[in-house]
Amino acid sequence: MDNLLSIVTFLPLLGVIALLMLRGDDAMAVRNVKLIAMFVTTVTFLVSLVVFQNFDPSNTEFQMVEEAAWLGGLSYKLGVDGISILFVMLTTFMMPIVIGASWKVEHRVKEYMIAFLLLETLMIGVFLALDLVLFYVFFEAGLIPMFLIIGIWGGKDKVYAAFKFFLYTLLGSVLMLIAMIAMWYDAGTTDIVRLLDHEFSSSTISVLGWQIVGGTQTLMWLAFFASFAVKMPMWPVHTWLPDAHVQAPTAGSVVLAAILIKMGGYGFLRFSLPMFPIASDLMQNFVFFLSVAAIILTSLIALAQTDIKKLIAYSSVAHMGFVTMGIFTFNQQGLDGAIFQMISHGFISGALFLSVGVVYDRMHTREIEAYGGLAIRMPIYAMIFMLFTMGNVGLPGTSGFVGEFLTLIAVFKVNTWVAFGATSGVILSAAYALFLYRRVVFGDLIKESLKGIKDLDNREKLIFAPLVFFTLLLGIYPVLVLDVIGPSVEALVHNFESVVGAAGPATVTH
Amino acid sequence: MLSNDISVILPELVLAVYAMAALMFGVWSKKQQAASNLILWVTALVLVVTGFWVGLMPSGAHFAFNEAFISDGFARFAKVVILWGAASILFLSQEYLHKNSLLKFEFPVLIVLATVGMMIMVSAGDLMSLYMGLELQSLSLYVVAAFRRDSLRSSEAGLKYFVLGALSSGLLLYGASLVYGYTGSTVFTNIASVVESEGMSLGLLFGMVFLVTGMAFKVSAAPFHMWTPDVYEGSPTPVTGFFATAPKMAAAGMLARVLHDAFGHAVADWQQILIFLSIASVFLGSIAAIAQTNIKRLMAYSSIAHMGFALMGLAAGSEEGVQSLLIYMAIYVTTNVGVFAFILNMERDGRPITDIKSLSMYSRVAPARAAALAVLMFSLAGLPPLVGFFAKFYVLTAAMNAGLEWLAIAGVIASVIGAYYYLRIVFLMYFGEAGEALNGKMSNIHWVFLGGSSAAMVLGIVNLFGVETLAGMAAATLLS
Repeated sequence: MDNLLSIVTFLPLLGVIALLMLRGDDAMAVRNVKLIAMFVTTVTFLVSLVVFQNFDPSNTEFQMVEEAAWLGGLSYKLGVDGISILFVMLTTFMMPIVIGASWKVEHRVKEYMIAFLLLETLMIGVFLALDLVLFYVFFEAGLIPMFLIIGIWGGKDKVYAAFKFFLYTLLGSVLMLIAMIAMWYDAGTTDIVRLLDHEFSSSTISVLGWQIVGGTQTLMWLAFFASFAVKMPMWPVHTWLPDAHVQAPTAGSVVLAAILIKMGGYGFLRFSLPMFPIASDLMQNFVFFLSVAAIILTSLIALAQTDIKKLIAYSSVAHMGFVTMGIFTFNQQGLDGAIFQMISHGFISGALFLSVGVVYDRMHTREIEAYGGLAIRMPIYAMIFMLFTMGNVGLPGTSGFVGEFLTLIAVFKVNTWVAFGATSGVILSAAYALFLYRRVVFGDLIKESLKGIKDLDNREKLIFAPLVFFTLLLGIYPVLVLDVIGPSVEALVHNFESVVGAAGPATVTH
Repeated sequence: MLSNDISVILPELVLAVYAMAALMFGVWSKKQQAASNLILWVTALVLVVTGFWVGLMPSGAHFAFNEAFISDGFARFAKVVILWGAASILFLSQEYLHKNSLLKFEFPVLIVLATVGMMIMVSAGDLMSLYMGLELQSLSLYVVAAFRRDSLRSSEAGLKYFVLGALSSGLLLYGASLVYGYTGSTVFTNIASVVESEGMSLGLLFGMVFLVTGMAFKVSAAPFHMWTPDVYEGSPTPVTGFFATAPKMAAAGMLARVLHDAFGHAVADWQQILIFLSIASVFLGSIAAIAQTNIKRLMAYSSIAHMGFALMGLAAGSEEGVQSLLIYMAIYVTTNVGVFAFILNMERDGRPITDIKSLSMYSRVAPARAAALAVLMFSLAGLPPLVGFFAKFYVLTAAMNAGLEWLAIAGVIASVIGAYYYLRIVFLMYFGEAGEALNGKMSNIHWVFLGGSSAAMVLGIVNLFGVETLAGMAAATLLS
């Protein structure tokens, strides 16, 4: 099995081809479409388990590398290391859940499943690509299916949201493309493995009369930052996310929250930190500022929301603030915490959007006002929603706690004030999450429309079960994740410190 | 010597003779309609075959008539694109012409003559032969633009094109006369050697600027683009499709030829002109297209923006830049053939429709066609993984490697703006308001071109069908 990674990446694409072959619009055909999509995503997950089995965490090199010549100078190169493996697993794990959550979709089912399978291929590709341009192709191509998912199956302001999502993220990414071409020119290769060893110049240069400290590295860092910050999304370029989330169908929101926005964090870990260490070091305080601003401001904004999905979307922005903060502490705990937070947020925010989907399917509204007292008619739902709300708050025992705690410790070592600001965000997140929970689930069931609402059916329970399991498992036994990512993160931190340390205090003037 | 000369220009000669013969046959034939049909199909086939012939010619540069005519790798690459682009449009146009009672035997004949002109343009090694090719092409195009004689719009398009075309030819001739005056020769190699030994004198610079300006009209680069939207809109749709494909390749090829063969030692002098043309075109094309409601006008602005990108490659002034220009044009022509195969089928109750609003919820009416057009639109917007992305990627790489970072940055920002209007078409087809739908049937031949073009956009990601290597070899011959 020399090309296991290609198989994982392109299996969903085979599903797309199979779906394209399928004819007919009757109920039987629609059912077949859903079954094929479910089958393909499940098989992809199983194959990715084989990858995980063959993966050796103690080896910090890229593993299972595949390489083939592509267009002039570029190569088709895939590989996996401790940083990317869990993102791949998260993607393949979430996709069957996403398909399961879409079982009730009746509008253009075939196109819907094609879009999601296509998206899966592209997302896995992003995490596995070891060639700059290949990475960019996967990274950008995801916009097309997502544009269609929001646009075709979205809510009432879908057109605005789809365009905003598309153009916003495209504008962020094209600058990264320019930087990639510059890197290619500078290093003479687009191979990420070789670029990781290449040292980009960091001597001060002057652009249009401006002195750029950190030189080329800073410029490239900024270009990559423009892309990843939008994807992440970081304050203040986060405004596309709430719109996109609110308008996207449930499954679209799950993919967006659980996987797509993790590409930004992954990008920081794969490119910004190891390739532009000096620029990263220079920008530390800048990122800290944006992260804390995101944590506090978006938490406050979340408090004022009347739409459940929007509230959770803003809370995602706040949680991603912890991720960027953790990454830019440049120490083991911070990076571990950031990756852990991303994985855990994948489960928790995915589950929260699914929870919103559950009540939305029944009542067709996401207004908080329209709900209240759900605990009476929907006890199981109330339990599950409670668990994930607590996970979102970061209650010990859930996976949400570990990531937040690690990043907070890490940042405390580097900058106490940032830690102070970020910790206040934890309190705010408890406030908005519990506030939401109280208004939706507790209280008397006085609304007429809610009197007939039904609790979770078996399909929904089945969808939530694995998410509940992993949220608790990782909360109680986080070493499962930390052991996998640990050695690679350690190597990254080690390289980072040796470069920044060697550069000496001359360039490191904040 | 003459036999050698003739063997070099044989493809052009054969096409010219064929055009004459077809004209005679059309004139003398009793059954006009049947003859026109026959001529159209035969012409398309002849163009395809000539394309193979030119493409498979032995490599190496061959010269004819004291270097007035050059047949090298660069010319052959451009000619294949031109010939196949023209042939595709002919294949596509029969049905439309027939329905709108425009099917006259002059149409294919004029297309062949224009094609011969274009082939001479990209092969020209002398200002005289360049002008001859250019005028042969232009005159044929003026006529086909006004081909619908009873339509005010079409006549207006033809006249506008003629007046502005004549103006640009005048500018070009003025430039040519200055160049001749200051170098004492019209042959590119002689001009180049004068430039190399004596540098660019003021008069020569003046001449070159006028030459470039005249040619910028032909590639419809801003700020010399004014004729494009009106001519695109007014001309019959097959003619618009033709304008958007082969002549663009020819004009870009001619520009590359003149700049590199004659002024290859003065890159710095023309680079700044091209940078300006490029930035102006990408921004004007991208921004002005946003407000368009007519798909033909929209494609006109789209072509201005795309020519801006192509010129960005040329502005690099390097072999890599010429390669990226050729790749860009080949991809652009392929995409446009698909797009026009679609536009030719936009009709309701037998009447052609060009309002983009009519595409609303088209994916309900014809899912496969809508998907194919969506792929083409995403490709034109330059999104990966479609081939249109690689077109832009090569151009940007060439510009970056030539030290034109700002140009590349301006280009990508314009491409984001431009993405909006391509997306708008996808948006209309997939989630617009349901309106009066189109109800045209699509013939098989149109399907082949639409489907083939969009499939090429997807499958090309594997290796661009080898175009990259071929364009690289072609570019190497131009700069050697």
